[in-house]
Amino acid sequence: MKEELIISGRNIPNIDPVLHIWHWQIPLYLFLGGLAAGLLFFASYFYIRGRGNELKTSVQIAPAFAPFFIIIGLLALLLDLKHQLYFWRLYTTFRIESPMSWGAWTLGVVLPLSFIWPLTYLKEMKKYFSKNFTFMYPIVSWVDTFIKSIKPLEKLIKWFTKHRYGLAWVVIVISVILGVYTGILLSAFNARPLWNTSILGPLFLTSGLSTGAALIMWSSKSVKERIIFSRIDILLVAVELFFIVHLFMGFLASGAVQIESAQLFLGGEFTAIFWIGVVGIGLVLPLILETMELFGFHVPISIPALLILIGGLIFRFVMVDAGQVTRYLY
Amino acid sequence: MRYAMAMDTKKCVGCGDCVVACQTENNVPLGYARDWIVEKVEGTYPSLNLELRSERCNHCENTPCVRTCPTGASHVIEGGIVKVTHDECIGCGACIQACPYEARYFHPDGYVDKCTFCDHRTSKGQDTACVAVCPTHSLTFGDLDDENSPISKLLRNRKWKTLAPEAGTKPNVYFLI
Repeated sequence: MKEELIISGRNIPNIDPVLHIWHWQIPLYLFLGGLAAGLLFFASYFYIRGRGNELKTSVQIAPAFAPFFIIIGLLALLLDLKHQLYFWRLYTTFRIESPMSWGAWTLGVVLPLSFIWPLTYLKEMKKYFSKNFTFMYPIVSWVDTFIKSIKPLEKLIKWFTKHRYGLAWVVIVISVILGVYTGILLSAFNARPLWNTSILGPLFLTSGLSTGAALIMWSSKSVKERIIFSRIDILLVAVELFFIVHLFMGFLASGAVQIESAQLFLGGEFTAIFWIGVVGIGLVLPLILETMELFGFHVPISIPALLILIGGLIFRFVMVDAGQVTRYLY
Repeated sequence: MRYAMAMDTKKCVGCGDCVVACQTENNVPLGYARDWIVEKVEGTYPSLNLELRSERCNHCENTPCVRTCPTGASHVIEGGIVKVTHDECIGCGACIQACPYEARYFHPDGYVDKCTFCDHRTSKGQDTACVAVCPTHSLTFGDLDDENSPISKLLRNRKWKTLAPEAGTKPNVYFLI
């Protein structure tokens, strides 16, 4: 029998006992990045499929949220840095092996594109907001006059409006990269066993797309569009549940550190918040509500949409917090 | 040149002189440390085994911290020493997350700080501060490419282990057991 009695020693007051260097900023950004990726993905996807005029909210209106989400996310990332005045160092180099460098450059491309896409739809937006959500109308018309007052900008937007099909292909690719990146950022850390799994990229992408679909569904006024996005959401949530099962199967069939990190969710300190908050409230409950809706029961669309958004946010907080607890044992 | 360190767990008494010497030599701020002592007691009473280890950055051959750095502030210099350029570091914390040994920390001034194998001393042929002060000579610093160096001889003649080799980092701090 071999029993380990004491491991003591490292007790550096300002570093130990737990590694917790990423706080609320990172999970908030991961959520907003995924949400923006979802909005841009559906906008460009349905545009490419030629359904831009039919699914107005998703293609023309909802993408206008994306630049704001990305800006808030970027501000959160900036707040997270400890050496903030040096943030520009991200853009004086490109490190091919560093996921964070890829992310910084991806965001650098996504941000202008997320502005350009909704700006090409200003005319449609003005028409839309003159009937719905009228409080937005003065803002949209102000943006319109602002763009028109700067000639080169107006020309640029006109050019993009003419070449919207090409723009849509660029946006769809970059939005998938953005969505996957939110997961890859974590999965690239070998030293944090909970994150170190390749399923995290697809899982975060699916979760990001489902939050995007939920927001579109919530803000849409058209019954047809709501039903389409409700179905998309059901599919995505089902895929996400499958990925989560897959995640734990992978951990439990792996090495000691992975098994230990899975235990955090299977009886450990994150069990309740994960299975009730993320899986129960964020996935299963909206799945049931949306299925009921499709079978004719009336459920206000805002409830499943809000649950999916909250679930997505909690999911990222749980993953970032729990991952930092897991470590190599020696 | 392939710098490495051997740490004799049989000789270490856990006095912590290496920690203090490092803090003094490198102006490490109060409440932080670049090296530390770990005590591990194993077994069932009365047959107990105590292991004392003086740990620090392992100056790995396969460096997850350098790979993950988005600005190139973390880099490897001559001899395989892993260093951080302070005014290229943005303080994102990626390298801290990437290190299985938790050898890096945020300096109160914002950048990431860590053991440098005292490259300002070793480049002049001196020992690192921790090696120089160790009262039981449990620490040995040297070049693995030189097969007659004391550290090469030690690693040939003694049993040794590295920390968390399963992390795939190929550490360069060896623990003689």
